[in-house]
Amino acid sequence: MKRIYAQEKYCIGCRLCEIYCAAVHSEYPDDLVKAFKKAAMVPTPRVKVEEERPLSFALQCRHCEEPHCLKACITGAMYRDEETGAILNDKERCVGCWTCILVCPYGAIFKDEITGKVVTKCDFCLHMGQPACVEHCPNGALQLKEEGGDE
Amino acid sequence: MSLSMITPEFLIERNLERCIKCQVCVRQCANEAHRYDAETDTLSCDDLACVGCHRCVTLCPTKALTIRKFPLEFRTNANWTPDAIKAIYKQAETGGILLTGMGNDKPYPIYWDHLLLNASQVTNPSIDPLREPMEVKTFLGRKPEALEIKDGKLKTKLPPQLELDVPVMFSAMSFGSISLNAVKSLAAAAREAGTFFNTGEGGLHQDLYEYGENAIVQVASGRFGVHYEYLNAGAAIEIKIGQGAKPGIGGHLPGEKVGKEVSETRMIPEGSDALSPAPHHDIYSIEDLRQLIYSLKEATRYEKPVAVKIAAVHNVAAIASGIARAGADIITIDGFRGGTGATPLCTRDNVGIPIELALAAVDSRLRSESIRHQVSLVIAGSVRNSADVMKAIALGADAVYIGSAALLALGCHMCQKCYTGKCNWGIATQDPNLVKRLNPEIGARRAANLLRAWKHEIKEMLGGMGINALESLRGNRLMLRGVGLTEKELEILGVKAAGE
Repeated sequence: MKRIYAQEKYCIGCRLCEIYCAAVHSEYPDDLVKAFKKAAMVPTPRVKVEEERPLSFALQCRHCEEPHCLKACITGAMYRDEETGAILNDKERCVGCWTCILVCPYGAIFKDEITGKVVTKCDFCLHMGQPACVEHCPNGALQLKEEGGDE
Repeated sequence: MSLSMITPEFLIERNLERCIKCQVCVRQCANEAHRYDAETDTLSCDDLACVGCHRCVTLCPTKALTIRKFPLEFRTNANWTPDAIKAIYKQAETGGILLTGMGNDKPYPIYWDHLLLNASQVTNPSIDPLREPMEVKTFLGRKPEALEIKDGKLKTKLPPQLELDVPVMFSAMSFGSISLNAVKSLAAAAREAGTFFNTGEGGLHQDLYEYGENAIVQVASGRFGVHYEYLNAGAAIEIKIGQGAKPGIGGHLPGEKVGKEVSETRMIPEGSDALSPAPHHDIYSIEDLRQLIYSLKEATRYEKPVAVKIAAVHNVAAIASGIARAGADIITIDGFRGGTGATPLCTRDNVGIPIELALAAVDSRLRSESIRHQVSLVIAGSVRNSADVMKAIALGADAVYIGSAALLALGCHMCQKCYTGKCNWGIATQDPNLVKRLNPEIGARRAANLLRAWKHEIKEMLGGMGINALESLRGNRLMLRGVGLTEKELEILGVKAAGE
């Protein structure tokens, strides 16, 4: 499957990836202003820029081959999408036990701040053509590439 | 500390209906003009810190920001302009030389805009470059007196030549004055476009040796980074005598910019100021220059053309004639609008002459002395578009250098603050936080795109003139007409007035 690769040498720490991620998962996926000003709550970004200046990079779920979160999930809410191979979380089944957050070696699963009761994570923007973080990175620091491709 | 009289140059306006408080502006401004107060959840601006580089405006995802000229009016005075008044306030406060970056921005005449190109109508057909071949290849270097051809083969041994697929090269900009990512962008674009970039007086970084075939390596008064491998790594060598933005003075790269990589490349201690003397201390005459030219030719086994770069100054034609006779293969002339990373404002805005007049004067002089074929002429100093390239070639240039235009392609917004080292676009900086903002893959693509676009336009204009090879335009001043110029200006430019 295609994966999102972070090129930390070009990450400028602007956090536009986080902003667009939050927006496209909001009630107003196509309108940043509405997403941030009109929606009752802004969704938690599913990508996080890790920084220790000048080093910075955006990290989101790696959609692991052998995902710890999926094995650890006590309700079966975490599952692999057969078609795309993406690891997704079914919010209907998630009970917010946070086990996945504990076991994720990348820290890429977050508590959903809107409900406070379930987790949220990168869904690879399967509803869109390309992940929003990749599309809106102004410096090409996030790239969608076939696994095992260059860099 | 006493009262400061310095007022802001720009006003930052934030449209609060659009601002989503994402703080991209705060994170992107190296001048700290934007601030976020977590306690009150509000954003504020420091107009005084704003340099008008538009980084925040460009990155703002909701386009909530506008930068305006700060609307503070002095009493109208045609003599004491706001710039003149503010310069005095600044100097009264600091007691220092006023520094600036980029090229002369004063409203001197721009001769390119007083020259018009010709086109074919009825009597000679124009050519469609999409349907017919069009040659814009250019060779730089000394040309032989005559060609000897025997049995259909060229017998004359040609002096070394640089082969350009487009008559535009990237000007000398050192690693130090600009970031490694900026140099890498230009190097890769030069390779892609079949042209050359110039190292400036900064040596050649290890990562750039792979671009050696497309590099012109510079030897300047500080001799930074000059060694045997360096000289032989490039396709040509350029001796820098002067620069259009600061004729007659040297250079100064402050120690803060001399980090590990710059220090290794320039072969100077880390953190030490890189001072380029005003003159070459071994060149006090044309004869001395000849010695250096031939030393460099000797060091490269006469396989590479040697160029000499001078600023366009009053006696440029006579100086150029001397340089040609000293054995240079290429003369580069940099006009008074040429850019720089740092120069005293007084020098930038008041020293030198326009490149258009200098070029015409030099080309005419070398022709009249029958030595024009001995050197190629490359000009620099504000070539802004493909039409300027065409006009330069018609005036007698073999090729042009672009510096400012190339940096604009990489994202420069002409804020003229290169000397602060806080370039928000990752170009004129060595701060690792800022350098990474310029992804050389994107930079190379943009710079190569610019050259591709200009090449198409050059072919389009050539075709319009009914010319199918750039060589036929070179020095062909009949293809130019002047508008709004005095008799004397027309005489120096060697062009007829429009209508003549």
